[in-house]
Amino acid sequence: MAYVTALKCRECGREYPVEPLNVCEFCFGPLEVAYDYEAIRKVLSKEQISKGPPTMWRYAPLLPVDGENAVDLHAGLTPLLKANNLGKLLGLDNLYIKNDSVNPSFSFKDRVVSVAITKALEFGFDTVACASTGNLAGSVAAHAAKAGMKALIFIPADLERGKVVGAGVYGPTLVSVHGSYDDVNRLCSELADNYHWAFVNINLRPYYAEGSKTLGYEVAEQLGWRAPDHAVVPLASGALFTKIWKGLHELQDLGLIPKVKTRMHATQPAGCAPIVDAFLNGSRIIRPVRPNTIAKSLAIGNPADGIYALRTLVQSQGAACNVPEDEIAEGVKLLAETEGVFTETAGGVVISGLKRLVQSGAIKRDELTVAFITGNGLKTQEAVEGMVHPITIQPTMKSFQAAMQDRQLV
Amino acid sequence: MGRVRVRLTFPETMVPRPLIYELGHEFRVVTNIRRAHVEEHVGWVVLELDGEEDEIERGLAWTRSLGVRVDPVTADVVEG
Repeated sequence: MAYVTALKCRECGREYPVEPLNVCEFCFGPLEVAYDYEAIRKVLSKEQISKGPPTMWRYAPLLPVDGENAVDLHAGLTPLLKANNLGKLLGLDNLYIKNDSVNPSFSFKDRVVSVAITKALEFGFDTVACASTGNLAGSVAAHAAKAGMKALIFIPADLERGKVVGAGVYGPTLVSVHGSYDDVNRLCSELADNYHWAFVNINLRPYYAEGSKTLGYEVAEQLGWRAPDHAVVPLASGALFTKIWKGLHELQDLGLIPKVKTRMHATQPAGCAPIVDAFLNGSRIIRPVRPNTIAKSLAIGNPADGIYALRTLVQSQGAACNVPEDEIAEGVKLLAETEGVFTETAGGVVISGLKRLVQSGAIKRDELTVAFITGNGLKTQEAVEGMVHPITIQPTMKSFQAAMQDRQLV
Repeated sequence: MGRVRVRLTFPETMVPRPLIYELGHEFRVVTNIRRAHVEEHVGWVVLELDGEEDEIERGLAWTRSLGVRVDPVTADVVEG
C-alpha cells in the first residue's frame, strides 16, 4: 500500500489531494508528495528491505504508489563499484561509482518512469506522454509497452537517429517537432493543459521525481547502511540532486542510517550551467540560459527544480563545478579506461567535475565519495568517436608485428 | 477569454521598470502576481494573466521584445 497523505506545495505549504496535479493553485509553486512516516516506520526495516526484490521496488513503502502493482522492468539496485583505478589517478582512496547506466533502458530515468507509469495506471490513464531529447523518451516508451498503455513521445526534429530508434522500437507514437527548444517546451506545456494524458514530468511530476530517491537509498544500503561523505551528481532539472538528498534524509529520520553529513556536489556542463552559475555567483535566482552543450541529457536551460537544488547545495555545504565542454569527452574516456564503465556525456561531466573538485580541495583523499553515473555511453558514441583509433593491418603476422613494433606494444 | 500562467525573468536593465503595471496598462489584460523575487542584477515574477487570448499573446510578445524571458510556470518540460 502507498503511505502518501497528500501533495504539498513546496513554497506555501498548502495541501492538495493525491491527484494528477503539479502546481499549487494559490502561488503556482511546485507540489511534492507528503508521506505518513510514522506508518512507514512501523513496516520498514533494514531486514525487510534486504528481503525485498533486487530492484528499486525493495523500497516500495517510501514511493508514492502501490508497489504490489508496479510497472517493473527491474530498474534499480544497480552496481556500486569501488573505483580503485580512477581513485588512484585522482588521489582518492575511497571512491565509488554508482553505475546507473545499466538500468533496463540504460539510464536512471527508469527509476522515475517506473513510478510515474505505475501512478498513471492507478489514476486510470490509458495514455502517457513526455517530451525528451533521449533518455526519458526511451524509458517512457519501454515502460508504456510493458504496461500496455498508449505512449506519445515528443522529440525535437533534429534528434540523432540513434535516439529516435532507441525510443521508437518500443512502439510509441513518436512526434517529431520542428522549432526551437523553447518552442517545443511551450507546445508541450499547452498539450499537457489540453489533453487528458499522464504527462510523466508535468502533471505526474510530484510522483515521477520521487523515483530518484531510490538512488540515495541504494547507495546507503550498498555502503552498509551509511551515507557517503560526498556525492557528485550531474544536474539537469535539479530534481535528481534534491531527491538523492531527500532519500538519504528519509533513511536517517527513519533510524536506518546514522546522521547524514553528505556534501552534495553539483556538476553541470559549461554550455548549460544555470544552477552551478547561480551558486558560484552567490545568487538565489536561477537565470535561465539557452543550452549549448554536447551533454544533451543535461541541456535544461530553465530547470524546474533549480532553486531547490541550489538550497540543497547550500544546506549540505556542497561545492559546484562548471565543466568546460572540451573536458566532457575526456571524462567519458577516463572512466572507461580506468574502470571499464562506458558512460554517456553526463557521466563525462561528473568525472571531469570530480577531478576538478578533488584538485580544488573540496574532496579529501580518505573521504568516502560516490560519483553518480546516470546514463550509458552507447547513447552518445559520437562524443568520443574521435578518440578511438583502431590499428589497421594486413592479415599477416608480419604486418601485425610491424604495427606493434612501431608503437612499442609488444 | 483566456488565462495564462507565466514566469517572467528580468535582466538587470529591466529591474527598475514597472513592467507589470505597463503590461496591464498597455494591453487589455489583468495581471495577478502570485510570487516574485528581485535582486540587484536579476528578478523574476510568477503571474497569471486574464484576457482575450490574442491580447495576452500580444502583451507577452511585447514583454519578450523588451528582453524579458517568458516561460511556463512549469519551467522546462523537455528532458534529457
